[in-house]
Amino acid sequence: MFNAETHTSWLLDNGQIVDPANGIDRIGRLLIHEGKIAAIDPSDGDIPNDAIRIDAHGMIVAPGLIDIGTDLGEPGREEDETISSGCLSAVAGGYSSIACSANTEPAIDTVASVQFIQQKSLKVNQCRVHVIGCVSKDRRGEEMAEIGALVEAGAIALSDMPRPIENTALLKRALEYCSMFDRPLLDHPELLSLTRHGVMHEDMTQLVLGLPPMPAEAEDLATARDLRLVEATGGRLHLTNISTIGSVELCRRAKSRGLPFSVGLNSVNFHLMDQLLRSFDSNCKVNPPLRSAEHLDACVSALADGTIDVIATGHRPFSVEKKMQELDAAPFGMISLETTLSAVISFLIRPGYLNWSDAISKMTCNPAKVLGLTSGTLSVGQPADVVLIDPGLKWKVDAEELLSKASNTPLNGHELFGRSVMLFVDGKLKFTRLAVAV
Amino acid sequence: MPASSEVPAIPSTWHHRHLLDLEFFSADEISLILDTAESLHLATRGGREKLDILRGRTVANLFFENSTRTRNSFSLAAKRLGADTVEFSSSGSSVSKGETFIDTAKTIEAMGVDAVVVRHATPGTPHLLARHLDCCVVNAGDGPHEHPTQGLLDILTIRQQRGTIAGLTVALVGDIAHSRTARSNIWGLKKLGAHVIVCGPATLVSRNWEKLGIEVVHNLDSILHRCDVLNLLRIQFERQATRPFPSVHEYALLYAMTKERMQRSKPDILIMAPGPINRGVELTPDVADGPHSVILKQVTNGISIRMAVLWLLLGRKGS
Repeated sequence: MFNAETHTSWLLDNGQIVDPANGIDRIGRLLIHEGKIAAIDPSDGDIPNDAIRIDAHGMIVAPGLIDIGTDLGEPGREEDETISSGCLSAVAGGYSSIACSANTEPAIDTVASVQFIQQKSLKVNQCRVHVIGCVSKDRRGEEMAEIGALVEAGAIALSDMPRPIENTALLKRALEYCSMFDRPLLDHPELLSLTRHGVMHEDMTQLVLGLPPMPAEAEDLATARDLRLVEATGGRLHLTNISTIGSVELCRRAKSRGLPFSVGLNSVNFHLMDQLLRSFDSNCKVNPPLRSAEHLDACVSALADGTIDVIATGHRPFSVEKKMQELDAAPFGMISLETTLSAVISFLIRPGYLNWSDAISKMTCNPAKVLGLTSGTLSVGQPADVVLIDPGLKWKVDAEELLSKASNTPLNGHELFGRSVMLFVDGKLKFTRLAVAV
Repeated sequence: MPASSEVPAIPSTWHHRHLLDLEFFSADEISLILDTAESLHLATRGGREKLDILRGRTVANLFFENSTRTRNSFSLAAKRLGADTVEFSSSGSSVSKGETFIDTAKTIEAMGVDAVVVRHATPGTPHLLARHLDCCVVNAGDGPHEHPTQGLLDILTIRQQRGTIAGLTVALVGDIAHSRTARSNIWGLKKLGAHVIVCGPATLVSRNWEKLGIEVVHNLDSILHRCDVLNLLRIQFERQATRPFPSVHEYALLYAMTKERMQRSKPDILIMAPGPINRGVELTPDVADGPHSVILKQVTNGISIRMAVLWLLLGRKGS
């Protein structure tokens, strides 16, 4: 009997194949067979008889998306998200791989906690889950975690995110230390002494609302410090999320000097503005905060000119009761695994700021490169992590219908364009919005 | 409009269910509240008589921040119109008590409350309540955001003394950054045509305020000669993460309204303070108690304004 979940031969026919790592962006057909990318444009004779043909006309065929720094909540905050609900949300959003943050309770600072995530996610069996280990014990920013042991257990990167590493001496040491294991250190640039108690971006909206400020210079100064330490140590650094004119400019200049590092941004920081906080909706309380228009423009330019390498979801799920508090008590974050691709299509690709190839690269091969993964491509012979995207599909976000356990998104009720409609992980169909028949 | 001692009618154009922020009230609506306040003051013979126009209505005071003046003022206002009052206070955060703030409010609403008067240290909290409750919500101060009834009573006090607001130069002096009174005054005064100056140390009064169409000044002495009104705001020691000036002594040196500064002011200058005042910091005792001070009139007007607000929100039949 036919079982779509275990079926091994698929032909995605007549779609626009976008594989930036291999410089491919053309109409064609992609064959998935026995877990691998078997061929692009195979001759009819090479297509297995039992291959199921999917009409991909008008659709994008791309490598499965990769997220860096997803919050899964588990262990410790299962009321917000679990490994299971987070992975379901990821595959629904087009993500075949996520690197989950160490933002759990306890934080991922021991071999056992790395193994817990690995085993649990294998059991859940949705997307690939890579584990980010802590830089510091309990993410406290005081002393280094056992980075060597974490790496040996399989930690793909080290980070205290979403908390910044505020202690400059610790950051310098950790950059030096991580380089022994050839693993990247991910830092969220923020100078806490300037943002303490802060709720929103410092500007006119903040001034009128009287909410405690998070000034742009808190990020700029941390970015400057981090880059200087890359230069000093030769360490491998990825800035997880920048959001300001100043950060963008610092990164642009450092890259033009040839400094090796990479930069990410959370998707909301190219399309949602600080003015949304006028609603006092705690779902708009995120970190980095929603910025004002000129900062958004700078981020879009930096995406277009390649200064920003990676678009991350910044997925931070929180239960309703945590978000339904007063604004200063409510935690920072919003869910975004299922809306990030649509935001990229709606606000970057459709208006013409990015072409498909550049946009897809920031969600596939670029994050793969940051993490040292070979995935994120459609190279023949690679495990078949493939997403099918309907770029014209118009849909309305209903937070309750999303697969994440949490529903904290300010996009609830908004209309977006484009959505993933099918996702293969390791050649297996993990998610589909299309009816599949033999 | 001369105030009458009749209970004022609620015009059909009035459509507000809540009083959350003066920013979104028109000049006409603000004037209506001021007129209503004056009429109710007369109708209650300055507080010597009680009306029963809100009989059967219940007003809950929900104060999550310390207050004596505003809380008592709302209570008296409700009682003078015949409404019942319920008092609820919590100085600690609602989270530490294990009950969310919304749950607390919903519990009180379930007791059959028609209006909730809320004070809270966090901006937007009354707005959050308005979304979750069915009853009327009156903002009695949400952190540094707004304190609409304070703004209204300040404006009423000026109007009583000068007959009009248009054309006056009003300076708000002190901790503008953390002041809800400043924000409510700015919106109201500007709508009624005043020229507004904000004056204080650069750490508490940024240049960005100019973008609201008001004047930013750091040197109090430079503006004394052209101010019709000085509203001396309390230094909000409790809201400041890092100390914004070296010492109270230095603040007083630069910004305290003293007898000497009075002599360099306009002869008919009005001295106001929303209170509670720090004597010797924002102003010296002789100025606070002097002939130009209308500080106690502000307190009296506070009750009138709060009666007007409760009447306008609750007085319509079937509302």
